[in-house]
Amino acid sequence: MATERLAIIATKGTLDWAYPPLILASTAASLGVETAIFFTFYGLNIIHKEKMKHLKIAPVANPAMPMVFPPSVKKTPGVGQLAGLMEAIFPGPPQLMGVIPGMTDFMTAMMKKMFKDHGVASIEELLELCKDADVKLIPCQMTMELFGYEYEEFIDGLEPPGGAATFINYVLEADKPMIIFV
Amino acid sequence: MASITADKTLDTSGLNCPLPVLKTKKALEGLSSGQILEVISTDPGSKADIPAFCNRTGHELVETVEEGGKYIFYIKKA
Repeated sequence: MATERLAIIATKGTLDWAYPPLILASTAASLGVETAIFFTFYGLNIIHKEKMKHLKIAPVANPAMPMVFPPSVKKTPGVGQLAGLMEAIFPGPPQLMGVIPGMTDFMTAMMKKMFKDHGVASIEELLELCKDADVKLIPCQMTMELFGYEYEEFIDGLEPPGGAATFINYVLEADKPMIIFV
Repeated sequence: MASITADKTLDTSGLNCPLPVLKTKKALEGLSSGQILEVISTDPGSKADIPAFCNRTGHELVETVEEGGKYIFYIKKA
C-alpha cells in the first residue's frame, strides 16, 4: 500500500492553538496515516514539561472570543444569572478587559472548565494519545536554541530535534504526503 | 433497536471529538477479525466521523442507530 504521511507544523503556544495539531495528529494516526508534528517557535511550549501546564488563552487581539462561561458555571444559582447577564450585554469580552491584570488567567480558567464540561480532552491527554498512536513529535532545533530550551525540558517520548530539511525529507518520503500549518 | 449482537461495547457518552474515534480504534485492537464492536456516542460529530474512520481503516460499519440523543454504531472488525 502507498504510504500516506501527514506532517503538521505547530507554531503557536496558546491553549486554543495547541488543540488543532494534537487533535488532527492523533486522529490521522488512528486512521492509519503515518503522522508527525514539528513543534517550532511558540509551539515548543506545547511539549515543554513546565510550560505546557500554563498554556493560556489571550482575550487581547482575539475579537472572535466569545464571553465564555462553562455550562456548570451558568447552572450555579446567583453566579449563573450574573454570567447570563454579562453574556447578554457583551457578545465577547471587550478588548479593553484584556489589559486588566488576571483577565487572561480568568479567561483561561473559564475555557478549561468549558472544555472539561464538554468532554474535550486536555492537552496532556491528547499528547499521550498521540504517543500511543505512534505520532512522531519533533522539536525544532533552531527555535530550541533561540529560546534556550534543552531537550531534557521537554516531555518524554520525543524524536530527536530536527531542522527544516529533516521535516521536508520526512514529508517527501511518502507516496501521498500532506502538510498542515498551524 | 438493532438485532445485532455485539462482542464488545464501548461507551463514549459525554466525550467529544476526537476521543470517540480514538477510543474506537483502541477498542477494535482488542477484537479479532469479524467480531462486532458496539460504540455508543453522544457527540453529534461522531455521526460523520465514525463512518469516515471505518472508510479509511477498512472496518465495516454494519449499522447505525440513533435514539434519544445517542448514536450507536455497530462495527465489524476487518
